[in-house]
Amino acid sequence: MITSFNDLLPLLPLLIVTATSVIAMLMIGIRRSYIATGFITITGLLAATLVAVAMMDWTNQQVTPLLIIDQYSLFFTVVVCASAMVLAVLSFPYFFELDDQREEYFLLLTVATIGAIVMVSSNHFVSTVLGLETLSMSLYGMIAYPLHSSKSAKFPLEASVKYLVLSAAASGFILFGMALIYAQTGTLSFASVTELPAAGLGDGYTIVALLMVVSGMAFKLSLAPFHMWTPDVYEGAPLPATAYLATIGKAAMFVVLLRFIQISDALSFDSMVTVLTLIAAASMLAGNLLALLQDNLKRILAYSSIAHMGYLMLALIAGHYVTGTIAVEAITFYLIAYVIMSLGAFGVASVISSSEKEFDSIKEYRGLFWRNPLLATTFIAMLLSLAGIPLTVGFIGKFYIFLSGVESGLWILLGVLVLGSGIGLYYYLRIIYRMFMPEKHSQPYRVGGVESVSSYAVLAILLFLLLLFGVYPAPIMSIVATASAFI
Amino acid sequence: MILVVLISILFLGGVLAWLSEGLDSKFPRIVALAAVVIDLLVMMALVGTDTEGAGWIVELNAQWIPRFGISFHLAADGLSVLMMLLTAFLGIIAVGSAWDEITERTGFFYFNLLWTLAGVIGVFTALDLFLFFFFWEVMLIPMYFIIAIWGHENKNYAAMKFFIFTQVTGMLMLISILVLAYFHYVQFGWFSFDYFDLLKVNTRSAIEMWIMLGFFVAFSTKLPSFPFHSWLPDAHSQAPTAGSVLLAGVLLKTGAYGLIRFAVPLFPEASMQFAPFAMTLAVISILYCAKVAFAQTDLKRLIAYTSVSHMGFVMLGIYAWNEQALQGAVMTMLAHGLSAAALFMLAGGLQHRIHTRDMDHMGGFWAKVPRLSFVALFFSIAALGMPGLGNFVGEFLVLLGAFQASIGLTVAAAFGLIFASVYSLWVIQKVFHGAYRNSDFDDAHLHDLSRREMFYFAAMMIGLIWMGMYPQSFLDMSSDSLTNLLNETGQLLFAQGSEL
Repeated sequence: MITSFNDLLPLLPLLIVTATSVIAMLMIGIRRSYIATGFITITGLLAATLVAVAMMDWTNQQVTPLLIIDQYSLFFTVVVCASAMVLAVLSFPYFFELDDQREEYFLLLTVATIGAIVMVSSNHFVSTVLGLETLSMSLYGMIAYPLHSSKSAKFPLEASVKYLVLSAAASGFILFGMALIYAQTGTLSFASVTELPAAGLGDGYTIVALLMVVSGMAFKLSLAPFHMWTPDVYEGAPLPATAYLATIGKAAMFVVLLRFIQISDALSFDSMVTVLTLIAAASMLAGNLLALLQDNLKRILAYSSIAHMGYLMLALIAGHYVTGTIAVEAITFYLIAYVIMSLGAFGVASVISSSEKEFDSIKEYRGLFWRNPLLATTFIAMLLSLAGIPLTVGFIGKFYIFLSGVESGLWILLGVLVLGSGIGLYYYLRIIYRMFMPEKHSQPYRVGGVESVSSYAVLAILLFLLLLFGVYPAPIMSIVATASAFI
Repeated sequence: MILVVLISILFLGGVLAWLSEGLDSKFPRIVALAAVVIDLLVMMALVGTDTEGAGWIVELNAQWIPRFGISFHLAADGLSVLMMLLTAFLGIIAVGSAWDEITERTGFFYFNLLWTLAGVIGVFTALDLFLFFFFWEVMLIPMYFIIAIWGHENKNYAAMKFFIFTQVTGMLMLISILVLAYFHYVQFGWFSFDYFDLLKVNTRSAIEMWIMLGFFVAFSTKLPSFPFHSWLPDAHSQAPTAGSVLLAGVLLKTGAYGLIRFAVPLFPEASMQFAPFAMTLAVISILYCAKVAFAQTDLKRLIAYTSVSHMGFVMLGIYAWNEQALQGAVMTMLAHGLSAAALFMLAGGLQHRIHTRDMDHMGGFWAKVPRLSFVALFFSIAALGMPGLGNFVGEFLVLLGAFQASIGLTVAAAFGLIFASVYSLWVIQKVFHGAYRNSDFDDAHLHDLSRREMFYFAAMMIGLIWMGMYPQSFLDMSSDSLTNLLNETGQLLFAQGSEL
């Protein structure tokens, strides 16, 4: 099979990240150094990002039956590696004063990224499961990382165990579903489930199989009604790990779901359309409604992410009805938008927090605008983007979703989307309003940890991208359009 | 190009104003005033340059998002220019009304003020529907901040309500825009959001009415018209004076402008069918809100309800859709912009002086503050439609035009003029006449109008008298645009009263 170096070349980003993790591990074995480990991680991820960007124009091939390296997977490899790098930069000051061994956190982060890269390049059940489990296993560790920290007031262990148990159950569903699909199609590659050999088990089994796979994936994406774990895990995990779970974890899973749904023609069964429609509507409503009741920033962002996944589901369903790639483009663009604005929102929170003290109650953001205008402006821009207000990338993303919904005539879901976004405004504005309230007494941010210029730089880049893609989206749109043609 | 300059002066001026706060907290207001005055002067270059009567005085079209045929298309005709002049004029007034009132965080305040104005100018000139929607939302956020940060006791609620009402209905409009663009795609094979392209789209289909309603709901919320008006009294009563001036004077006009420019011309058929309902809603706004205004004790809420009532005339005129009625609607927009802004400034000025808006605590102010009282009397009688002032011309033309469309509704609407006299004179009677009372408030700061304030009010008075005495100069500016719009929709004279 693999005979020459050339066949492995498309896997370069994956290999770089893998090498990074090995080097980091050896490094830790020889001599513990937080700074050196962090530096190796960030450099490795940056190199992988750049290589993936360079490869995008000319690489399009199936590498082993497991991985497809085309423009689309490379595009998301870039997104995943860049986001992981951003999170590594943000994690560095956050964990700086952790009262425990700190270096292995970066190792977990790199290994999780390997899993995510495998997922976005996967068009085969085996690589899906491999990537998914690599990602999830590392996340269990990342979530529980500040476990032995003496001062940590949060409950990372509870969050991690909760995620572990429920996530394993979801993986079980996915595996069972895959087995049933294998029984139908006779292949573990993603393949159409509509043109089956006559000897198959019949449509009933196919639908059950699809439902099991989709519900397992819906769990990982925290779509309603599989969303119960989300707020608890988000709240208990340290901020950078929450951000990892919310951005890269979700984006990689959605890419797999997109490929699977597109290739398998799952939506040619009316019952699947009904189920996905219900999931989409329930997510938009549940996410936005439940966020209204929260006072904890991480819980609000958790519920808002449920709603955002619901918006994406609308485009996923639209993909079945539209001609052309508009729905895939909508999903792709919205995922980028979602990653940028979530990274930014969690990033602001993690800049003012540290592993010893997290500022995650919205009360603590009172008067932030007058104390730290730059940080507050970034945060406001991220929140307005999440709310889908123009000038930001979130608006263009919503525009795409609306457009794909209009083209496919999904009027009911569009109505729910308008309703959900309207409700959503309330809790985003609530946070923004807090930041503008006059400060009562100056609050000491950053109880522990260190101020880091690089964190601010990363936030500035995110803000720049947020505004650039919001005001002049034409270049990124054409990249998205080209990449989307590969799905 | 001049349009880009107009908008960028305001955007950049806003940033400059914010930065200048670092030097001195008095600088931002000077920067803001300079930016708006320069803008007004630049606009003057556009007046009277439309010689051929072709309509579009100045136009700029650049590619923006080619993937969806979205362009950065700005253009101005007589109607846009009139609205822009109103915007810049009231922008100056707004800066003036904030001059002494806003003492905290001045930099960010003037930043928001100028960005609101920039968004409004964008709305009045955008000819690409995506760009239009873009500006439509851009003017919203700074206004939210103005209310939420510098507002009064219940500002969070008011600002939130304002934002959610406008944003949710805005999203309905976005869906309508997208459906329209998609129709264009189906009929012509490519996406376009350009106004002139979309005018060619054949919208005759089962969902035409629904698309039109998406626009209508967004615009009539902004206007506002019954039953979407409930955000306005809250927003006005909580906003700082400059915020009220902008809201009443300028932001409400964007709704009316949207109806004239987009809602009716893009969907002539559906609009024709819908006109009787829209006119009925307008008449309900006029009468119901006049009645509700009469029941208020909060001075600003009262003026807010009278605003809704007067904007009812605008909507009545628009949906009568003939030359007189449209001219009247535009005239009412201009005149109401000035008179409502002035009344809100008076109410804000009073609140600044005596720290209450409750009319039950006021009385007999004429003896104490004669200049302020005179100014109040002037703008009240302007608002009630005294002949010789701008509001009368506008409302008279609206009624004249509406009479051709529906006699019954016009007769009902005319009662609005009588109600307006009742509540206006009642306010004058209650606040400025009778025995002077100061039992419930500290009148230590109840000074008469300063020279600077008199200057602003005098400017608005001159404007209203000019409109009332020689309306032709304004009618001429908008007539070409309105005639073009009427021609585009094929002179759809709406059915006579018999149809109702």
